[in-house]
Amino acid sequence: MKFTRARGVGLLGIFIAIVLLFAVNNSLGNKITETSKIQSIWDFTSTIRIPDSAKLKEDPKAPPVAAIELPTMITISLICGALILVGGTLIAKNPERGWVAPYMSSVIGFGFFSILLWAVANNSVDLSDTLSRVVRLGTPIAIGALAGIVCERSGVVNIGIEGMMLTAACFGYAAAAISARMIYGESLPANVVKGVVWLPLIIGILGAILTGGMMAALHAWLSIRFKVDQVISGTVINIMAVGITGFTRTNFLLKFESPLRAGLPQMPLGPLADIPLLGPILFDHKPITYLMILMVIGLNFFLFRTVWGLRTRAIGEHPKAADTVGINVNRMRYRNVIIGGMIAGVAGAWFSLEGSFGFDDGMTNGQGFISLAAMIFGKWNPIGAFGGSLLFSSADALQLKVQAYNFDLPSQFMQMLPYVVTLIVLAGVIGRAKPPAASGKVYEK
Amino acid sequence: MANEQQAPAETKKTTEPQPSKRRFGWLNEAIVPLLAILTAVLIGAVIVFVSIPGNKLPTFDLNIYGSRSDWFFSTIPERLRVTLSAFTGLFSGAFGDWTKPSTIPVAISNTLVESTPYILAGLAVAVTFKAGLFNVGAEGQLLMGALGSVAVAAFMPQWFGVASLPAIIHLPAALLAGVIAGGLWGIIPGYLRAKTGAHEVITTIMLNYIALQVMDYLINGVMKDKSATLQRTPFIHENAALPRIISKATDPSLTGGQAYPRLFTTTSSTWDLRIHMGIVLAFLMVGFIWWLMNRTPKGFEIKTVGENPEAARYAGMSITGTVVGAMGLSGALAGLAGTSQVIGLEYNLKAVFSSGLGFDSLAIALLAKSNPIAIVPAALFWGALRTGAGAMQVNTGISINLIQIIQALVIMFIAADQIVRWIYRIKQAEGGKITFNRSWGK
Amino acid sequence: MTANVVPALEVRNITKQFPGVLANDHISFTLLPGEIHAFLGENGAGKSTLMNILYGLYDPDEGEILINGKLAKIKNPADAIGLGLGMVHQEYALVDTLTVTENIILGTELRKGPVLNAKEASQRVRELSEQYGLAVPPDAIVGDLPVGVQQRVEILKALYRNVNMLILDEPTAVLTPQEADDLFRVMRELADQGKALIFITHKLREVREVADRITVLRRGKVVGDADPKTASEGQLAALMVGRDVVLKVDKTAANPGDVVLKVRNLNLRDDRGLTVLDDVSIDVHAGEVLGIAGVQGNGQTELVEAITGLQALPSGSIELLGKDITNRPPRSITEQGVAYIPEDRKGTGLVLGYSIRDNLVLSTYYKPPFTKGLTFNDPAIDENAKELIATFDVRTPSATTTAGSLSGGNQQKIIVAREFTRKNRLLIASQPTRGIDVGSIEFIHNQIIKQRDAGLAVLLVSAELDEVLALADRVAVMYHGKIVGILPIAEATRERVGLLMAGIQEQPNGK
Repeated sequence: MKFTRARGVGLLGIFIAIVLLFAVNNSLGNKITETSKIQSIWDFTSTIRIPDSAKLKEDPKAPPVAAIELPTMITISLICGALILVGGTLIAKNPERGWVAPYMSSVIGFGFFSILLWAVANNSVDLSDTLSRVVRLGTPIAIGALAGIVCERSGVVNIGIEGMMLTAACFGYAAAAISARMIYGESLPANVVKGVVWLPLIIGILGAILTGGMMAALHAWLSIRFKVDQVISGTVINIMAVGITGFTRTNFLLKFESPLRAGLPQMPLGPLADIPLLGPILFDHKPITYLMILMVIGLNFFLFRTVWGLRTRAIGEHPKAADTVGINVNRMRYRNVIIGGMIAGVAGAWFSLEGSFGFDDGMTNGQGFISLAAMIFGKWNPIGAFGGSLLFSSADALQLKVQAYNFDLPSQFMQMLPYVVTLIVLAGVIGRAKPPAASGKVYEK
Repeated sequence: MANEQQAPAETKKTTEPQPSKRRFGWLNEAIVPLLAILTAVLIGAVIVFVSIPGNKLPTFDLNIYGSRSDWFFSTIPERLRVTLSAFTGLFSGAFGDWTKPSTIPVAISNTLVESTPYILAGLAVAVTFKAGLFNVGAEGQLLMGALGSVAVAAFMPQWFGVASLPAIIHLPAALLAGVIAGGLWGIIPGYLRAKTGAHEVITTIMLNYIALQVMDYLINGVMKDKSATLQRTPFIHENAALPRIISKATDPSLTGGQAYPRLFTTTSSTWDLRIHMGIVLAFLMVGFIWWLMNRTPKGFEIKTVGENPEAARYAGMSITGTVVGAMGLSGALAGLAGTSQVIGLEYNLKAVFSSGLGFDSLAIALLAKSNPIAIVPAALFWGALRTGAGAMQVNTGISINLIQIIQALVIMFIAADQIVRWIYRIKQAEGGKITFNRSWGK
Repeated sequence: MTANVVPALEVRNITKQFPGVLANDHISFTLLPGEIHAFLGENGAGKSTLMNILYGLYDPDEGEILINGKLAKIKNPADAIGLGLGMVHQEYALVDTLTVTENIILGTELRKGPVLNAKEASQRVRELSEQYGLAVPPDAIVGDLPVGVQQRVEILKALYRNVNMLILDEPTAVLTPQEADDLFRVMRELADQGKALIFITHKLREVREVADRITVLRRGKVVGDADPKTASEGQLAALMVGRDVVLKVDKTAANPGDVVLKVRNLNLRDDRGLTVLDDVSIDVHAGEVLGIAGVQGNGQTELVEAITGLQALPSGSIELLGKDITNRPPRSITEQGVAYIPEDRKGTGLVLGYSIRDNLVLSTYYKPPFTKGLTFNDPAIDENAKELIATFDVRTPSATTTAGSLSGGNQQKIIVAREFTRKNRLLIASQPTRGIDVGSIEFIHNQIIKQRDAGLAVLLVSAELDEVLALADRVAVMYHGKIVGILPIAEATRERVGLLMAGIQEQPNGK
């Protein structure tokens, strides 16, 4: 019997399922004490609530649309049982293609679901809120992945997305803060204190986009004009980003007082946001999250339906072919890398203007690299990368969510979850995923 | 397949190595890095000049200066003075204030202490560069090395139920534990790369974050010093410590009752130095890696896999073995860097242990063009920058992040040496360009 | 061809100097509408350079180009296309992941604003392909198509841009003789419709078959014009090489011994699930050359890599002198006496950045005398280099020169030197003389025959049918991963082998 990718993934899935089962069994067992009402681990229930979004605004105690009560141990056992069964099939049958990614995604997805059930044993969780978090936290990852796609589809590896995001976050915030002070002075006028101060925020986003574009221009300049190895050039961007943002923050941002106190506001889309479950997940977000969804759809259209997209795919796959029909490969690469950087800038704006308001050293926290993993997971397609982003952000969402509960697993393990998942996914699906053929290669006539 | 087309281009590189150039070969090699550093420092000076914090300058006053730009121009003398003092601060921080000779040993010792992990981690990255791999994971490997060594150094006697172990056992055990822990942490991405094609840049970065959490978990959990208020491990046993070279006797009451060793004891504050045997270990490793890469079949395999994996496979070398081996060796060296920090310098492991070393070591390896010997000056330069930065911040109020900008510029100029060559009109040299396995897949 | 016709293209005194080599030396010629003008020359004679200049990929140092009698400045391919000059490169400039239509329209897309007009584009392609008799499926992914069809896509790409001149650079290199005939039919058709064609090749037979006029290049110079109707192959060859060439290799009849290599039932699929090796079984005896003929990409590469351990096999067995070597690591196979000249000498056979000295021990560096204890034994490695450079006539200034700075022929000699001096039982030579000069070809051919005569089993894979026919004692033909026939050399006529290469199975003679 040969050790193959499918078998490896099957083995890993079975291992995860068994560990999970034992851990849950053990943990629930420990919760049973002489005094507790529950006397068997099979009696724990986890409740999943879907709140009534519409009524919730008036009455915080409004009854949920649905409250699904799941027997914790039985549900988790069923899930793990199914995962073990499929994993076993994978090992026995060793299918050549088409199984690895779906199985791995379901191990991760159902694994997360089980951990959630485990955490809320004898408690309840708001499903709408959890899933809406997944979308929210997936926003910067997805946008970063789109930035990566634009670059790599045109043949330039962009390992510097993390740095571009970080710089954009820093200067996006700076642009918003400074412009607010220039427009409003030391403090906001009384009539806008309560409302949203749109103008500086939009200037902030534009500033972030511009910053991302400039960092990308540096990357393009180094890797195209000077033919620097693209991995090195991306690393230069990442290191420089840490230096520039740290310098700007300590020398300037920390001392600067801005009247601006809040970032981009929540923007529920009218009645759509009131649809139970779907509303909070899709229609009750802040602006950049909506923008992300539009960008995913938009890039998919541009990449596969327009002249720009056709040419971009051609120069990333076979630049010489594009050159011989009169497409200026390097000019196009410059342009696309800069566009990619501007997209990464939007992700940067998310960090300092939407996700939170303000700038911290290293606030992107490796999300730029996770973006690249999402891009690879999605096989360089915008929709696929979006899916990958949700997979990774669900690790983050889960991690934040379970903090609210008295949960057995050490917080450090939950915090390393997104990185571990990234590692597993990369090891599991790559090799099946083929990057654009010319990606990473300098084009010389 | 394109052989035919390239026929004319082939002949263009036919140049013989000229003996006359060889004598000063190292100078030719060094000129571009030196100019890169110079240029980066000059740009750093411009940044200082422009962004000097207000409290070091005459306050801007509309009535006196008329406008911001007039204020800027009339403060040029002050700005020049502060900029200059920034760099003299940098220098005296790193090498001592030469007007007061008593400051020199401490400053130089500090620089050497700071450079020790840079030498080891720089070597670690250089080894992977030679194999065509881009190891961004020195940081995590170093943390794991530190964890491994502190576990043995602080807890090993406990496992055997004794009060202490002889140094001849305990010290090597602590070193070995660090090296193995770092090595294993390096083998993971190496194996993933070789077997699944997962690119080491992403996997090593993920492993850095994971290592950070593992450390956080351990020093808050099983390895926490229960008596301490800070999040840290207990002090290591004195028999597991790398000796200081020369210093005053330490006060055991400050170090958990442990009296740490030193080779020479002094009573003079001038010679109370932190420099420890880690630097000797680092130099030994430089020698070892040079020997390995240039004199042995294993080194030849690493280099061949880096230069042309196809040819290496054809010549019967094992790609998987070499990639895993190179990453393991790299991890071991980074682990040793962490180990020497813990058992030579800090004597315990704190939550704020090391940061940014992963990227710094990349920069050092690039600066040294992966040459093991050249790692030493590159790391010393880095150590001097770091050591001096503190003094510079005190002198001028300029954030030490400036150093990171200078460092990034150095890498940029090293990587894109055409920029430097263009500025200073230096001709292109032969070869010496590093390339990596760039694609994401196998 | 009357004198008063304005030439479609006139080239005057084109000169191009590369460092160390004068690739084109004052070349002049004219191209008339409706003619097929062949350029004949050896590898490295300057044909490709000249065409790349015409197509705007290189700048000439001197000389001028006139199109339809007017001076033309061609700075890039777009200019060339704009002036009605198209080119089909030897390596197709096609993007594998795009469809046929997308490839054809790339660069001059039909659009509605920024959006592609896919429907109309694919309609246009269909019309064009009917007009010139070039059948292609407009919506298929190019990477999935056979090379012959890909070439049609390339030609359509040029025609779509309304060119009236078409350069075909070695268009038959990857075609079967039958596919080549089909191409010649298309070329004639295009010429009849008034297009002017430049046909670049080094195959004498082809020019005589299809060309209206022949220009022979040697070492960057035009050395003569010839009329295909009157010039003999021998005359053309002499012009091309500068001396009378012997197209045959001197060798005695083979004296086959025991089976050295026994390959049974190899099967292999690629990443996309397509069959690469289809039940391949062959025997190679000591003292004979088994030549494998076939159009490139029909499984030869994989077969050779499977034997040398570079390609893992799901099924089948390979025996060397009765010992099973299936899926053994490459080193263990080498050590059992297999020498291997790989097809890609730059990518696989050599480390271009290493010195000749190091390349000469690339597969033996770990063994005594080159390694003593833990470290290298430099004197032995130096001695080895000195000896092999002399024996194999590698022209190099010194042993420390990098392999990358040598010419193709000398690079190949390094590989031959390294591989032939081990104790071998089996020699595998894959495209051993591709793209190298005639002198080196002769040298390597003689070396191969010498090895055979010394009792080695030789497996020769070559896309050059002439090479196979000149060296082999038996000829096996591969088509779509299958061995479709094995013929003794006496029965292996060009026509029979050609048919087999095209996958046309011989009918058993009716009794």
